[in-house]
Amino acid sequence: MTDMTAGMFTTGILTTSDGRPLKAALARAQRRAKWRAFLLVLPLLAFVLVTFVVPIGTMLKRSVYHDGFSAAAPALGAWFAGHPQGAEIDETAYAALVIDLRQMQANKTAGSAGTRVNYNLSGAISLFKAGARNAVDLQPPYKEALLALDARWGEPLMWTAMRASASAYTADFYLVAADMERNAEGGVQLVDENRQIYKYLFVKTFVLSALITLLCLLLSFPIAHLLAVLPMARANLLMILVLLPFWTSLLVRTTSWIALLQEQGIVNDILVWLRVLGDDGRIRMIYNQAGTVIVMTHILLPFMVLPLYSVMKTIPPSYARAARSLGATSWTTFRRIYLPQTLPGIAAGSLLVFILAVGYYITPALVGGAEGQLISNFIDFHMDKSNWSLAAAIAAVLLAAVLVLYWLYDRLIGIDRLKLG
Amino acid sequence: MALPSYASPLERVWHYTYLGICAAVFLFLIAPILIVIPLSFNVEPYFSFTEKMLSLDPSGYSLRWYDTLLTLGVNAPEGPRDAAWWSVVWNDATWIKAAKNSLWVGLWATILATVLGTVAALGLSRPEMPYRRVIMAILISPMIVPIIIIAVGMFFFYSSTCVSPDNFVGQALMPFLSKKGCLNNSNLGIIMAHATLGIPFVIITVTATLSGFDQSLIRAGASLGATPTRVFFKVVMPLILPGVISGALFAFVTSFDEVVAVLFIAGPEQQTIPRQMWNGIREAISPAILAVATILVIISIGLLATVEMLRRRSEKLRVVSPY
Repeated sequence: MTDMTAGMFTTGILTTSDGRPLKAALARAQRRAKWRAFLLVLPLLAFVLVTFVVPIGTMLKRSVYHDGFSAAAPALGAWFAGHPQGAEIDETAYAALVIDLRQMQANKTAGSAGTRVNYNLSGAISLFKAGARNAVDLQPPYKEALLALDARWGEPLMWTAMRASASAYTADFYLVAADMERNAEGGVQLVDENRQIYKYLFVKTFVLSALITLLCLLLSFPIAHLLAVLPMARANLLMILVLLPFWTSLLVRTTSWIALLQEQGIVNDILVWLRVLGDDGRIRMIYNQAGTVIVMTHILLPFMVLPLYSVMKTIPPSYARAARSLGATSWTTFRRIYLPQTLPGIAAGSLLVFILAVGYYITPALVGGAEGQLISNFIDFHMDKSNWSLAAAIAAVLLAAVLVLYWLYDRLIGIDRLKLG
Repeated sequence: MALPSYASPLERVWHYTYLGICAAVFLFLIAPILIVIPLSFNVEPYFSFTEKMLSLDPSGYSLRWYDTLLTLGVNAPEGPRDAAWWSVVWNDATWIKAAKNSLWVGLWATILATVLGTVAALGLSRPEMPYRRVIMAILISPMIVPIIIIAVGMFFFYSSTCVSPDNFVGQALMPFLSKKGCLNNSNLGIIMAHATLGIPFVIITVTATLSGFDQSLIRAGASLGATPTRVFFKVVMPLILPGVISGALFAFVTSFDEVVAVLFIAGPEQQTIPRQMWNGIREAISPAILAVATILVIISIGLLATVEMLRRRSEKLRVVSPY
């Protein structure tokens, strides 16, 4: 004790009982506490990295990587490396092409090479397969021989497409996803108006998601308000009606909507029974865009009600009463006093519903028909057709959009305020 | 929610209109879920009410679609219903097999998600946790990122994650993987995928419970001489248990209802209830689906009741309630 007091006075620094400076000891203790907290999270973080982050990284790599052509056409790759864009396509280039085509026939890689080039220029698969089949019989000069086989081998667009495919790493799939193509000069341009499918698809997904969000908001607002102002016991009882759909299987809800909305379904039966519709005038409400919108609104509704409810619950009723006592009409009270106070709930619910709607897959796939399909369904479509890199590129664009919205949600509301039930 | 005495006639009309609107929205929420229950007893293979059903004629109702659930995929569905028949049903019936598989996958996914998630939530709710916001954002993201993107990523990753059966590690892992030694087409792959999807729910519910947890109780326990492990099991665990159980139930329901990841990474042997339903809805839609739906609705009512009970218990236990 005397040592310590002496130490304190001589150095002027506070120390612990074993003589270390207090500041350092505190920093050390805090560092250890940090590590202990981090070690608790580490196992889960490692698990999520392996099962979630790495798979998405693999997908992103797929979206910029395709070695179908570059692996099958080494000779042509070397020629492209030695001759920059704009160089004359001479006999040496055609000779390299024929060498590669012969190799493709031997290794059976013409299909995958053609598939890669096909992303840049459609029709390439059949061209490569036919070329590889006949390559053995070709005699020099190879340019004339190949052009005699198929005039498309001489087209500048074909050569730009092959040049773009000769590198395994490429942004070409993003070009396709952005409705763009390469022109003969090696630059990029938008495809013809009538072939622009992805722009339309992204716009459709965002418009439908916005519509679903708006419908959810309109339907949620009255019931969230009712739940917030009712006495606790009755509110809890009604809350069950909101939470039960939340806990019920998605597929069950989709199935029952099919039973309700199809042409021989219950809603049509009731309308016919009420003489609103004739028996031959039954409306088709499912397997189209309307089906997607109705069912998704139902499924996402609880995600809007819950945040709205938790905000409305904190609004004191005395504000509205004060406004009324000062002479405001009920409409003015709602518009100027109540509505502004619910804005945090509206923002939280709308963002969450919009984020979930943009990436929705199951419901559009089951009840969307042909026109009610969203981006997610196109990703599935291209996976099915083995256009894996294109599917990955579209998925990456969707992922970027969702992450921006997620970041916005975190900034505005904070993810730790996300609540379930 | 009574009208104030100064309400004008117009406000009275609006008030009852408003209650009517609320009733309509509640009907919109709940009717589609309840409608499947009577429809599943339809004697006809239709998805709508028949004349007989509407006039409450008993001959309009039957249990035939529930029977289909037992007999689909069984070789001799018409045989006498003795012990042997039941054992065949238990082993062969398509829906029973799918149910067993779903429960098995769901159970392990829930255990994995709950254990890892609870421990992580304990760390995340400590004030000294570094990079809390970023880590939380990563752990919640499986709930936000579209399921199709997760499924595509897992498909690419799982089909390239294989072990060779020649070496020691491969032999040890082989029983958990597919015949080729890969993660896709294996139950382990689905369990990992479903655990990942369930983790955000565990994190959210457990951190919410911990936000009302008085951290000084831990110090109190320690000052009385308890080891950290003892403090955890005797003080922390009993208080956060309701949150942990709700999180576990959320994780289980997520797994029990998950179909997209299964479609991408499961092999033909990993049939689950959602996958069977998916095929049923896409191909030959029969009221047997409605029978399954009814059973699932009853299960979800039970789960909801449990969670509500836990929530109330947890609110009572809260030392400091933020609301």
